[in-house]
Amino acid sequence: MITARYIKENYVRRLPSAFCPGCGDGQILNAIIRAIDHLKIDRKDIAAVSGIGCSAWIPSPYLRVDSLHTTHGRPIAFATGLKVANPRLKVIVVSGDGDATGIGGNHLLHAARSNVGITVIMVNNGLYAMTGGQVAPTTPHEAKTTTTPYGNPAFSLDVSRVVAAAGASYVARWTTWHMNQLIRSIEKAIMKKGFSFIEVLSQCPTYEGRMLNMDHIEMLEWFRKNFREDAEGIYKIGEFVDIEKPELTEELEKMIERVRR
Amino acid sequence: MKAKDIVIDRNLCKGCSICVHVCPKKTLGISREVNEYGLFYPEVVDLGSCIVCRLCELYCPDFAIEVVQE
Repeated sequence: MITARYIKENYVRRLPSAFCPGCGDGQILNAIIRAIDHLKIDRKDIAAVSGIGCSAWIPSPYLRVDSLHTTHGRPIAFATGLKVANPRLKVIVVSGDGDATGIGGNHLLHAARSNVGITVIMVNNGLYAMTGGQVAPTTPHEAKTTTTPYGNPAFSLDVSRVVAAAGASYVARWTTWHMNQLIRSIEKAIMKKGFSFIEVLSQCPTYEGRMLNMDHIEMLEWFRKNFREDAEGIYKIGEFVDIEKPELTEELEKMIERVRR
Repeated sequence: MKAKDIVIDRNLCKGCSICVHVCPKKTLGISREVNEYGLFYPEVVDLGSCIVCRLCELYCPDFAIEVVQE
């Protein structure tokens, strides 16, 4: 049985965390730790990579594994290099929606296309929270943010469907309300051979909540009521893709063998 | 299953009250006192009603609450 004391003694570097009260990032940290513990992987076989943003803070100071805190939008590029250099490593990227789709969208698409065996956990709160709540590619239509005070005129990107279309091996979407499903999904994604992508809808009580006039409890309730497996569009949760495909580092090793002969 | 104790680390708690919201048996409530950051931490209202589901531990973003089983 995993208890809070066990997690604090074995997996967390330091506490209290710098996250705002009610932020979903702490819950996602909890989910990642529980998934790693269920899988019984040695901590030395895991590397965590993060970019810039609130959610990038989940692995970098708090998760007690080897971690890289990289430049804005480039964690997937760094993680690809890490995986190619040492294919036995389980590489986990924790990135925000602005980081993964706004600044580094190209890296996300090409990592999914080449099917490199990394796990990307994208924390989606619908705006750039660390820099003050600016509009992001994932902000829903007509949602208010700091830079769109009368509502977002553009439309949001359905990231999971884009990554699935780009050719990922595993794609799932959950929210911070669906903790048990999320833990099982992270376990599956880490053990997946190819590129695996999990989008986690998370509450941001500081910026999103202030603009939408909701607190974090109301947002969790909103997740519970609106995000269903039978819903449409960005409200649909669950596993979208779960297939086996040739993986990049394996193909690379095969090619090296073939060329050397 | 019965809980022996519910340990709440007052200085790790940020007073988000997610644990109070997810508790299915209303074992937890919000205290009237504040911790050193001036935040209202949760308190145990009725320990006997706890069914050790550990949802509070699962949802707590700050690892501040722990259910000790008998």
